[in-house]
This record gives sequence, structure tokens and C-alpha cells, in this order.
Amino acid sequence: MTARRVTSERVGDMTILKIDRVTKQFGGLTALDQVSFAVEAGEIRGLIGPNGAGKSTMFKNIAGFYAPTSGDILYQGQSICGQKPHSIAELGIVRTFQETTLFQELTVFENVLVGCHKRARSNLFNAIFRLDRERQQMAADKVVEVLEFMGLSDRREQLASELPLGSQRALAISVALASEPSLLLMDEPFAGMNPEETNHMMDLTRKVRESGITIVLVEHDMKAVMGLCNYLTVLNFGKLLAEGTPDEIRNNDRVIEAYLGGAK
Amino acid sequence: MTGKTGKIISGLVLLAALLLLPHLLQYHHQDLLIFLTINVLVVASYRIVTLTGEWSLIHAVMMGVGGYTATLAFKQFELGMWFTLPLAGIVAAAIAALLCFPLFRMTQFYFLIGSFAAGEAIRLCWIQFVNPFGGTGGLSGVEPPLIGNIDFLEPVPYYYLTLVVVGMCLFILHRIEKSRIGLILHSVHWNSPLAESVGVDTWRYRALAFIIGSFFVGVAGGLKVHYLGTITPNQFGVGFMVFILIWVIVGGYNRFYGPVIGVVVLTLFDESIRSLEELRPAIYGAVLIASILFLPQGLESIPTRIRRLFSRKPENDSSPSNK
Repeated sequence: MTARRVTSERVGDMTILKIDRVTKQFGGLTALDQVSFAVEAGEIRGLIGPNGAGKSTMFKNIAGFYAPTSGDILYQGQSICGQKPHSIAELGIVRTFQETTLFQELTVFENVLVGCHKRARSNLFNAIFRLDRERQQMAADKVVEVLEFMGLSDRREQLASELPLGSQRALAISVALASEPSLLLMDEPFAGMNPEETNHMMDLTRKVRESGITIVLVEHDMKAVMGLCNYLTVLNFGKLLAEGTPDEIRNNDRVIEAYLGGAK
Repeated sequence: MTGKTGKIISGLVLLAALLLLPHLLQYHHQDLLIFLTINVLVVASYRIVTLTGEWSLIHAVMMGVGGYTATLAFKQFELGMWFTLPLAGIVAAAIAALLCFPLFRMTQFYFLIGSFAAGEAIRLCWIQFVNPFGGTGGLSGVEPPLIGNIDFLEPVPYYYLTLVVVGMCLFILHRIEKSRIGLILHSVHWNSPLAESVGVDTWRYRALAFIIGSFFVGVAGGLKVHYLGTITPNQFGVGFMVFILIWVIVGGYNRFYGPVIGVVVLTLFDESIRSLEELRPAIYGAVLIASILFLPQGLESIPTRIRRLFSRKPENDSSPSNK
């Protein structure tokens, strides 16, 4: 692990997320088997591996959609195992979804406004008598700020379903950003994109990281992963296969074997 | 500014029409107008439950909970209508809150069946526990209030009373829907995993919508029993629940006023086919099927469709968030 400290260009020195021997079983199937790794604050971490390696399962465990069968997940030193997704989101871990997951029937502005939940939550009394206008205005300001940041300002009144794919993905990230995460989990953000859209999305992802948010992403687009991530964690058949910088992983025999099925 | 004045003018016209209406009708139709006004509250309160995407089959029974509460409060404790109405809402909301724990472990189809079973369990209690609920025959002897020398037994004064109460309830329901809470209810409906991932406790919001809806339908139940004077378990059976569903589906449930249009239009329609007594169920079935086939967005979508026909500009009319 010392090699890593030298090679990875890390921004912070703090472990924000620690996965400690996490196992997840579905009946007789072991989707994750004693996986451990740690994510440093401020990095862009790639979680890669062949299909069925357990990447998405790992995400769902972190975000609280599943509870691990055994092992522990620590966020800023605190166990978040077994908490509900909404409580984990409130702590600052927010995920985006595979495919494009948006409120298709709402406008761009409303989509992001839902994301501001932490800031804008209202109770019934306040809602009926409109007593929290100031709070709601602050949320609306935050929406404007996020849309500006993600370059979606001129589309704010459009329905989410009417946006082109690239903008939909940017909107999905905007919804997540509005909830003010410190750790963003991105599930295949580049899937189905053309090279131009991918480049744009990579720029946006870097911009998000520069704003102080740690990113973990699952992705199959190797060019994007290698270009974007500081450090990679490779899973195979539910087990941790390798960890290292993009260069190390590119030349790791075990990783090449896992991807190409042992063909030399 | 012109849009706003237009809105105010049409609002005033509507109000004047509602105030004049009972004087243009015969006695029998005045009765009907009161029940229609109450049913407007029933569908509007049902709408807030459906906002989260869950269609419950317990709404009619919740109206009965309100009705029985008002009846018992009036007869046993001699409370006036000013107390029985809020109490009817509160008791319905409290029972809804208790039911949340089993019911919202389920979603979609299972929730539908679960809510139906819970409703029937409550309804059967009214039949089985003759004391205090009066069994199949129900209870009677509930009276409307007396203020000065205005006799609310007469339909016209009671209609105005109903109009005020229902108007206030609709105003509150509308405000809730247009607030942050309404937006979150929509978001729970359209994509609850995404809502959860940004910190929305979807269980709590589903429960909240159910409790609010039950409160207002409880008030509607109280209003009904004070006019009718009697209450029986069969008024709140699955038959009435089916009517609520038909009103909401035919009216359309994407906008606040959709269900209201549905209940008004279908009640007028119902009156116009009164002479064809045996055919009415069949006609209702046909109307429901036709509206699902040809007007899946409900009657509320007709203006949008006509506008689109003339402008030929594609426009998405499935937006739940009208401005």
C-alpha cells in the first residue's frame, strides 16, 4: 500500500469511505466475498471489473439499498451498515443510477428542486400557511446555482424526458449535487454516450471533484476510466482482484486475464 | 397581468354560479347538489393519496369512519357539528396513521388488496358490534346544527354550509399540492428510488399523503351524516369505492381539478340516464372503458387536446405539474 501513497495524486489525506470485509449473499449465491478497500477524500475512484463482478451490488450496499450479509461499511469513521437509503443520503452519500434515472414527468428545475431535499424540507403546517418562503427561496437559489454549474441553465423549464441523453445525464448529476453530497457514487455515467458526450461528461465529473466532492464510479468505458480516475479497484467474481493506479492496472496480468478470459 | 385578472373574473363567475345554483333547482336536485359537493371533497382528498402512485381501496371506508365518529360524538356526547366535523377528520386520520404500519410495507397491487382488506375489516366491525355502531341498520337521529333561526335541515342553507367547508378543504388540499410537499409526493410517485437517494423518506411521505387524504374524507363523511341523519355500513361498501375510482379515472388524475370535473360530469350524466334504471351499471362500465381507451388522460385533457388540434404544436399533456 505504500506504493499507492506515492503514485496516486491524492488531494486529501483522509479516508472518507472504508469497506471492511463486506460479504453479500443472495441465497446460495455470493455476490460479494470479503471485499475490503478504502476511498480517500477528494479522489476519483474507479470501481471496475467484468460483468457480474459485483460492482453494482457494492454500490447498492454502500447506498443502503442492500444491507451486507457480513462486514462493515464506515463513512467518515462511522458505520452506516443497515441504514436506510434516505438516512445515508442525509449523511452525504448520494448515488446516481445506471441508465438515466430522472423524474421524467417533471421539468429540469423541479427535478433539481427535489434534490434539494436536505435544504428545503417542509412540514405540513409550513406548507399550508406558506411560512417557510425564505427556506424555499434558498432552495430555488441552490437549484439555479447547480444548473449554472452543470451548464443546464437554458433548459430549466423543459421536461426531463425531452432532453438529449447527454443533458439527461448531466441533470441526473445535478439532482445528486443539489442534495449536497460529500461522496458521490456514479453508476455507469458514460454508458451509451458518444465520444463527444463522454468528453463533456468527463469534464463535468472533474469539475464536480474540484468543487470538493469525492467520487466513486462504476464504469465499463475503459478510456474514460483510465483518463479520469486517480486510483482503481478491480473486482472479479465478487472478490477484490487488484488495486492500483490506472497504469498499474493496465499492466496487471491478473486483470488482463479476468477481462480476456485467460487468452494470452 | 391579464391572465391573473382573467383568473379572478372566472373565479368570481364560478362563485356566483355556485351561490345561485340551488335557487334554480327543485327540492330533489338541491339534495343531489349537496351530495355532489360532498363527493367533490371525497375525490379531491382521494387525489392526494393517488399522488404518491398508490391507489387505495379504503377511502370509502375512511369516509365512513368520519361519519360514524360524527354520529357517535353527536349522539353520545351531544357535541355540535362544529366539533364533530374536525373530530371526524382527526379520528379518520388517526386510524389511517395506525394502518400505515401494516399497509405501507406493501406497494402497488399488494397495497391495493391490503387496503381493501383493512377497509372491509373496519366495515365488518360496524356490522358486528351492534353496540355502539348499530349493526347493519346503522344509526340515525343525527341533526344538522342550528344557528340563530336558520334551519340547516333545509337544503339551501345546508348547501351553503357544505360549500364553505368543502371550499376551505379544497383550498388547503390545493396549497399542500402546490407546496414542497406536493412536489415530493410527485417525486415519490415517479421515481421513488431516486427520491430516496437524495434523502427523501418515501415511507413517511406515502403515510403523510394517506393520513391527509383520510382526514379530509373523514370530514366529508361528517358532512354527509349531518345532512342525511342516518348512517349504515353499506353506504361505504366497495360499490361506493368503485364510484370514486370511476370519477377519478374518467375525470383524469394529472391535475388537481381533474377528479372534480369527473365527479361533476358523471353526476350530471347519472341524472340524465335516471330513466334507464336497469341499464345504468352497463352504461357506467361502457363509459369507464371508453374513457380509458379514448381519453386516457381523462376529461381534464380535452382543452389541451382541442388547443393542440388548432395549433398543431406538439405539447406534452401528461405533465402532472401544471403551472
